[in-house]
Amino acid sequence: MQRTVFPHKVLPWLLLAPQLAVTLIFFYWPAGQAFRQSTLREDPFGLSSTFVGLANFRRVLSDPSYLNALQVTVVFSLFVAFLPMVIALFLAVQAEKIVRGRGVYRTLMIWPYAVATAIAGMLWLFMFNPSFGTLAWPLRQMGINWNPLLNSSHAMILVVAAATWKQISYNFLFFVAGLQAIPRSLLEAAAIDGASRRHAFWTIVFPLLAPTTFFLLVVNTVYALFDTFGIIHAVTGGGPGKATETLVYKVYNDGFVNLNMGDSAAQSVILMVIVIALTAFQFRYIERRVHYG
Amino acid sequence: MAESPLAPRGATRIWGHLWMILGVFVVVFPVYYVFIASTHSTQTILRPPLPLLPGPEGVANYRDAFSGGIDRIGGVSLWRLLGNTALIAVGIAVGKIAISMASAYAIVFFRFPLRMAAFWLIFITLMLPVEVRIQPTYKVMVDLGLIDTYAGLILPLIASATATLLFRQFFMTIPDELLEAARVDGAGPWRFFRDILWPLSLTNVAAIFVIQFIYGWTQYLWPLLVTNSNEMNTIVIALRKMISFADAETPWNLVMVTSVLAILPPLLVVVLMQRWFVKGLVETEK
Repeated sequence: MQRTVFPHKVLPWLLLAPQLAVTLIFFYWPAGQAFRQSTLREDPFGLSSTFVGLANFRRVLSDPSYLNALQVTVVFSLFVAFLPMVIALFLAVQAEKIVRGRGVYRTLMIWPYAVATAIAGMLWLFMFNPSFGTLAWPLRQMGINWNPLLNSSHAMILVVAAATWKQISYNFLFFVAGLQAIPRSLLEAAAIDGASRRHAFWTIVFPLLAPTTFFLLVVNTVYALFDTFGIIHAVTGGGPGKATETLVYKVYNDGFVNLNMGDSAAQSVILMVIVIALTAFQFRYIERRVHYG
Repeated sequence: MAESPLAPRGATRIWGHLWMILGVFVVVFPVYYVFIASTHSTQTILRPPLPLLPGPEGVANYRDAFSGGIDRIGGVSLWRLLGNTALIAVGIAVGKIAISMASAYAIVFFRFPLRMAAFWLIFITLMLPVEVRIQPTYKVMVDLGLIDTYAGLILPLIASATATLLFRQFFMTIPDELLEAARVDGAGPWRFFRDILWPLSLTNVAAIFVIQFIYGWTQYLWPLLVTNSNEMNTIVIALRKMISFADAETPWNLVMVTSVLAILPPLLVVVLMQRWFVKGLVETEK
């Protein structure tokens, strides 16, 4: 298609300039620096640095605390990628059955979207604080020695719960939209053939929701990897021990608290590779969607 | 609807409601809980279980928080925190819309060398979230003297590949005849934008505004990195400082008030602008 366009040659660059300036200064330059630093080793006083090739990567990847962060991240992300989806899909299906009052439920379901991740963490910490949390209290009455500040599994449960809670809204909205896009005629045909609702769900609805489900899987994974930093930082600080130290938290901690530039940069580069892989995956899938539609 | 074989029968419908009520309860409860806590005294908060209805201290807590209570624990007034956060959220939302619309306009309505290169340059930033380049970005901020400034809090966050993509997509649906007619009438790029494109874009602008306002209001890692002074804190960062230095003296009732006020503005925006918000979210991301 040949569009009509304006003939100017300089104006478009002026229009692009602000966006390009921001991306070059705050995205490309720092990303390039991360690559450069990841191959350098600074002396303890930060006065000089020497080129060390891939030594930083080798050290990071054989560092037990990095492998621990990797493991924590995998466990955390698996829960946070799947739990909100399962809950949101279940609720979206329930919402479909309702004729009146859907709007009211939706209005309430989107609340967590407006809550900052760090605040989501704090809300769950308030409720489950071992000394004054109202919901920790019955746990203690039942004889469970609930203490997310000292017990690693309890800490993990708490951050997973907060991260999941926050992400339900988003997943819910997408599943509701996905369910509405399913042709009524298909479901009516199934109903006329005498298929039960459950049977129709698993054989018709769920497969047709696959694009939405894959999309949410990627979004939730990115969310779990990066956006949940606030929850970890505000609630557990990576502890107890290093039980909830995720990869992003570790990059932050090594770069700002332990001031280890080379290692922090090498970790940044590894994270970049992960994001690039996820984004590429997402786009491959979106491309396929176009063929479906 | 009634004769459709899909219309759920009584029992199914009731189960739907029951599950939704349970779901909504779980989703809303943490926010309700902190609201209730904000209306009780610190002594009541520290003695679980918390009553499930608002307490008598509500008005006093909120009045105290706004008239100096937060200064005592956070070193900065609640007004200042809300003002900082609102300024950053609006700054990011408006900034993103402005520079994304400008770039999309350039890419769709002009032809110039390296046009696609510019597009890809913007597009690839999707793969470079702040979290993967924390340290070097911080260094840039220090070199440019942007630590503890509003510009430092806003500027690096206004680049937006997603908003640019959305506007590009939307501009491409504008019928070619509109631009042709405008050009025949002698309209230049600015007239065409102001009189035709902008009015048509309003729904998309509203949708992106809501999403980006929430994005700006809920920022955490970035303000944590680029602010040292309490004066420049956002309300979320201030809250985290309050709870991490908590001791026996911490006035928990005021912490709860601050939490409620950190949640309320974005919550109101999402709920009141729900129509645009849902449209923007579901349509942009797909």
